[in-house]
Amino acid sequence: MDTATLDTPADTYAITIGLTINGQQRRLPVEPWTTLLDLLREQEGLTGTKKGCDHGQCGACTVLIDGKRVNSCLTLAVSRDGADVRTVEGLAEGDRLHPLQQAFIDHDAFQCGYCTPGQLCSAVGLLAEGKAKSRDEVREMMSGNICRCGAYTNITDAVLEVLGEGSVK
Amino acid sequence: MNRFSYARPSDVADAVREGRPGDVRYLAGGTNLVDLMKENVERPARIVDINRLPLHDIDDLPDGGLRLGALATNADTAWDKRVEERYPLLASAILAGASPQLRNAATNGGNLNQRTRCYYFYDTATPCNKREPGSGCGAIGGVNRIHAILGASAACIATHPSDMCVALAALDATVRVTGAQGERAIPIADYHRLPGAEPQWDNTLAPGELVTAIDLPNERFTEHYTYLKLRDRLSYAFALVSVAVAMRVEEGRITQARIALGGVAHKPWRVPNAESVLHGETPSQNAFLAAAHAITEGAHGHGENDFKVGLVRKAIVRALAQAAAGTPQSQTDKRVA
Repeated sequence: MDTATLDTPADTYAITIGLTINGQQRRLPVEPWTTLLDLLREQEGLTGTKKGCDHGQCGACTVLIDGKRVNSCLTLAVSRDGADVRTVEGLAEGDRLHPLQQAFIDHDAFQCGYCTPGQLCSAVGLLAEGKAKSRDEVREMMSGNICRCGAYTNITDAVLEVLGEGSVK
Repeated sequence: MNRFSYARPSDVADAVREGRPGDVRYLAGGTNLVDLMKENVERPARIVDINRLPLHDIDDLPDGGLRLGALATNADTAWDKRVEERYPLLASAILAGASPQLRNAATNGGNLNQRTRCYYFYDTATPCNKREPGSGCGAIGGVNRIHAILGASAACIATHPSDMCVALAALDATVRVTGAQGERAIPIADYHRLPGAEPQWDNTLAPGELVTAIDLPNERFTEHYTYLKLRDRLSYAFALVSVAVAMRVEEGRITQARIALGGVAHKPWRVPNAESVLHGETPSQNAFLAAAHAITEGAHGHGENDFKVGLVRKAIVRALAQAAAGTPQSQTDKRVA
């Protein structure tokens, strides 16, 4: 990771940062006021990650940074120089869906689908944390993702099913 | 969001030098600052990104206490084995706040320094003495369901929104800061301030001072504690009122009881003199009620938040009962026992 001291004046258009996005190493020019969400969607064309509230209140923009789920809308991309970023586009392996993606289909865990990429990334983070085990715990630990269609019970079922299988990364 | 210049120092001395000139903001997790910049509440000319400073660790202190790095995330802090075992009140309070995603980015220093969630502070079309000194207060006589009932002023009735800081107040934590004049340690009780005539200042940091760590003393409250948070929905919402209790019970009598309140004032609310009414008492509803009245003496609402006065007293009684019984509030099973 680049730890060199950086200092740029306000009229600098872009700073070049390095990110690994879904396994691909990228060198990217970013304006320092660019959020990771806007970088992914507008510069990288990765529109799976959704802009809902853009204020950290809905969770639609959730991605995994160095394996941990965060709100990409409140993350300045420049501050994550060197990080590993995983988005919903990086969950499946080729045509093989991530077990959570399959479980969401099996449990009808969405209606309009807008919150789903954030729900999936959040659930991947939840599994990696290894803290939530019971239904109450899954509900609490998925509370950062709002679903306006109200698919919560099925989302919880889907997460619990994969949780029960263990061994999922 | 306004344009700004950007610096990313790699040691604390450089950061503090960068932080001194006006209109500079330190960026850590960004969960509050970036949001405020999007709302044009914060328009810094310069951002000093402190994420590369070596302040991410949680370390044992020689006296048995624990030092929480300013850049350790809220999640890493709440799930640190030593915090879970020695300071379960702090772990519980952190897990009562925000969402897992936010706690993964939000830092301990940032939690201390987050701004109020007063609607008028966020809305640049309305007056706010905190955002724009002298412009007035929209919340007084306005929409003020979430506002303060204690320690407010004619200039500002905003509350400090943190859960973590309420537990830190009950634990007598110390905030370590570094500035142009060197290092100093600020007791948590003196870190945040009441609004008075200058609500633009949330805390007692000097301009450019940087929080480097939070020290927890070697005083453990691992049996008789609770963090009880009441809010408009059961998860992912700021407190209407919250209560942190750290208590000792010996041979059936309360020998120490610390009570800190959240959601009711411009800072975590503690009244040590009021706590002493419990010393020597056996746990009882009457004793708890006396303490609840003593700690909230002078509380009054501003219209929509009148309910908080009664609610916080009941919450204090309930929290004291939970702590005395050794049955802390679960942050996942939401039933209040």
